Amino acid sequence: MTKFQLITKGFIKDNPTFVLVLGMCPTLATTTSAINGMSMGLATLFVLALSNMAIAAVAPRIPDKVHIPAYIVIIATFVTALQFLMQAYTPAMYNTLGLFIPLIVVNCIVLGRAEAFANKNSVIDSACDGLGVGLGFTLSLTVLGTIREILGSGSIFGWKFITGDGILAFVMAPGAFLCLGYLMVLFNKIAKKN
Amino acid sequence: MEYFIIIISAIFVNNIVLAQFLGICPFLGVSNKLSTATGMAAAVCFVITLATIVTYLLNAYLLIPLNLTFLQTILFILVIAALVQMVEIVLKKTSPALYQALGIYLPLITTNCTVLGVAITVVTKEFTFGLPSHMLNLGEATVYAFATAVGYGLAMVLFAGLREHLALNNVPKAFKGIPIALITVSILAMAFMGFSGLV
Repeated sequence: MTKFQLITKGFIKDNPTFVLVLGMCPTLATTTSAINGMSMGLATLFVLALSNMAIAAVAPRIPDKVHIPAYIVIIATFVTALQFLMQAYTPAMYNTLGLFIPLIVVNCIVLGRAEAFANKNSVIDSACDGLGVGLGFTLSLTVLGTIREILGSGSIFGWKFITGDGILAFVMAPGAFLCLGYLMVLFNKIAKKN
Repeated sequence: MEYFIIIISAIFVNNIVLAQFLGICPFLGVSNKLSTATGMAAAVCFVITLATIVTYLLNAYLLIPLNLTFLQTILFILVIAALVQMVEIVLKKTSPALYQALGIYLPLITTNCTVLGVAITVVTKEFTFGLPSHMLNLGEATVYAFATAVGYGLAMVLFAGLREHLALNNVPKAFKGIPIALITVSILAMAFMGFSGLV
């Protein structure tokens, strides 16, 4: 695969949300608005790209028996760095996303890419792979967030186009499951036609 | 009375899957059959309670005195991974029957975000539970962790029951598998919204 293919495969072909169905918890929990979904996607992208690079660099030296704990420590280190960065520069967003920032450690996308790609490819390729999957994740979270924001609060990226309230259920839990379910149906329909 | 409020709140009102969106991957993954769902629920219950007690004590007696609370994420995930491994070894030696029942679910639990989620929540968030806003003490944290896990089990068993029926129905091709499952969870979550405002 070329580097360009590595970066673009996450959008449709290997989309982490709609095709691989990974990382469901942040997908559902943080997409109450477009901007929240996008921030969560970018936060994951940050950890994914950096941990992929670090793991690709050290993987040949890690004994096979302890590779999972070693990968988890590397991922947790980048997550802690991200926590510091967000607390310093975007404290409001850090509070909104709350628990789901430390929980990037157990996001199966990150460990999944380390196991499936980074431990047997070069540092540059792993960076492209992390970037690609992260961008695909960001895209799906932004789409889901936008739809829920339009239906739930009648606004797009914070710009309100109706007076009064939206359909509150779409901002809450049932709407999250419902929107994601129907988006997957749509994705299946389109993917099958190709 | 306070413990009662914690239990009702954690099981029904703030159900970990249906209101807090934690542990969705195993929730969708192993809820195809009622028996696997029950096994997973029991294993999660055991590990969450144990992990919360251990991480709570480590946080209170190691990280806070040394002013190292920023290491929470790294330390907690390591403790959970080690604990799961240890529980597996101990169960294998002491109670083969229980190991048979829980064995295959245990390795999956390390990356189940409910465990890390609850461990971080109890040491960072302030709760009320009918009292003024306060940090949880060890007893409350343990009860909260156990009740949360019971809520996880309840959601999982309910959903597995629904899904067994769903498997017999003929759904449109594009809806098959995860999409129809998500739409079913949505309706289940709507039912659980009825509990909001209870405590």
